[in-house]
Amino acid sequence: MNGKRSTFLISALVFGFAFLYVPILLVMIYSFNEGKLVTVWAGFSTKWYVSLFNNDGMIDAAWNSLRIGVMSATLALALGTPAGLVMSRFGRFKGRTLFSGMIAAPLVMPEVITGLSLLLLFVTLEQLIGWPAGRGIATITIAHTTFCAAYVAVVVQSRLSGMDISVEEAAMDLGAKPAKIFFVITLPMILPALLAGWLLSFTLSLDDLVIASFVAGPGSTTLPMKVFSSVRLGVSPEINALATLIIVAMSVMILISSLLILRSERNRSRSSASAEIQP
Amino acid sequence: MSSDKLTLKQKFDRWMIKHGRVLVIGIPYFWLFLFFLVPFLIVLKISFAMAEYAQPPYSSLFEWIDEGITVTLNFGNYLFLLSDSLYATAYLNSIRIAAISTIITLLIGYPMAYGIARARGSVRSVLLMLVILPFWTSFLIRVYAWIGILDREGLINAFLLWTGIISEPLIMRQTEFAVYVGIVYTYLPFMILPLYSTLEKMDVSLIEAALDLGCKPWQAFAKITLPLSLPGILAGSLLVFIPAVGEFVIPELLGGPNTLMIGRTLWNEFFANRDWPIASAVAIAMLLFLVVPIMWFQHIQSKQEESQS
Repeated sequence: MNGKRSTFLISALVFGFAFLYVPILLVMIYSFNEGKLVTVWAGFSTKWYVSLFNNDGMIDAAWNSLRIGVMSATLALALGTPAGLVMSRFGRFKGRTLFSGMIAAPLVMPEVITGLSLLLLFVTLEQLIGWPAGRGIATITIAHTTFCAAYVAVVVQSRLSGMDISVEEAAMDLGAKPAKIFFVITLPMILPALLAGWLLSFTLSLDDLVIASFVAGPGSTTLPMKVFSSVRLGVSPEINALATLIIVAMSVMILISSLLILRSERNRSRSSASAEIQP
Repeated sequence: MSSDKLTLKQKFDRWMIKHGRVLVIGIPYFWLFLFFLVPFLIVLKISFAMAEYAQPPYSSLFEWIDEGITVTLNFGNYLFLLSDSLYATAYLNSIRIAAISTIITLLIGYPMAYGIARARGSVRSVLLMLVILPFWTSFLIRVYAWIGILDREGLINAFLLWTGIISEPLIMRQTEFAVYVGIVYTYLPFMILPLYSTLEKMDVSLIEAALDLGCKPWQAFAKITLPLSLPGILAGSLLVFIPAVGEFVIPELLGGPNTLMIGRTLWNEFFANRDWPIASAVAIAMLLFLVVPIMWFQHIQSKQEESQS
């Protein structure tokens, strides 16, 4: 590769990563600022963390968000895994185009449209069959499950398409039932994708402001809604502290899970390598 | 074997083999149909209703009169959207801002994706991780980070005033510029990842051959690399463009009161004016424009999926 071009690529990477990371780092640094102003450094302090933990509204909202996140990530996994399986293993069937459209569209659909349309659905359903009565945690969970399931389906589908189908075919030839093949062969092989899909859904749910604002009811304020209402007025040191905690928690979670995924991958390649050595 | 000799388990197994496939397709199908597709039909329906002081705040389209259903369609909401120039301005602004942001994101993202794809193995996975990591940290917080940087009393102004380059603070937040920064910043990973996956699969020997045959590097890039990475460019651009058109949080937090965007208009119609039918009409108008890019995106997705398997 010629030198001039690699200098260009390296500077593009340096500039790009600085652009991605400097703003986040600044928020983290200023969360330890004693003073209230962003621009003036008034000395090191952890007082904003203390006041964050004494903010009951914030703690309640965080608790709501965590509950919704765990529930919708789990439901999204239960719905998205079969959806991904159908897309990559079931071949053609009636309505496949619509199905793949309903999986691709939620990924790009503007959130205001998704939020408004789900709210109108819930209101109509309540009028027609009396369910869901009012809006709250349950309606937010349903809304998050729907778009997270699409993400899980894409993750599972791309994992399955990159995977060798011959093991499943061999099991089928030997007379194993489809359900057994799925639970004994396919599921263990896509486990890393399932972990990634769950985590992705969890973070997407934890992060969603717009859709939750539409389908939330009284008493179901989530963390992003709380953050948004205080951020609208400008920078607040308490939010800096919260942001730092979220970023650190997420990074630790991602690091641990990618190590787990890497290890399971390495184990698998080692066992398949040893299987090849043995006649 | 007659059916009464079968045990319950065998019956269940038979039933599962016959209907299991339908069940596996059916459950996610039903969920997505009910909670993704049906809602749009309801939005369409309510966009033809009239706003009323009632619970819910819109009129009913269907009425039982003389033992028959009469349907009252009200096109007033759409006529109103056409008559008030605010909506047209918001609509066109959104498309313009989303298009310009997409181009800037592509210009920053392409060299990064190329650099990552050509990096050595271990460096490559670290760089890829660094692109994915911001994607996992809160979107709201990443937008928020720019408030402290671009504000009148923000970090850039403080630094420039301190160095003496400017004597008056620059107005950067609450401008369209801040909206561009926000969109490019938050959507950059969405552009880099699809670009990377097409560039990484590309055969480097093609370029080497072109260079050996006397092609200049930029010619090799324009004639080989660029056309081969076109699917990645399209997928990345659509992943940025479509959600950016309806973006609400970024113009609300970083843009000024004059930065009209259609997502913000919809939000205000719904939450501030409580006019659900107009909000629905705005949503339908936005969807009509986005239907083509969304179908294009789905087409690219399924084509890539086919080429993979």
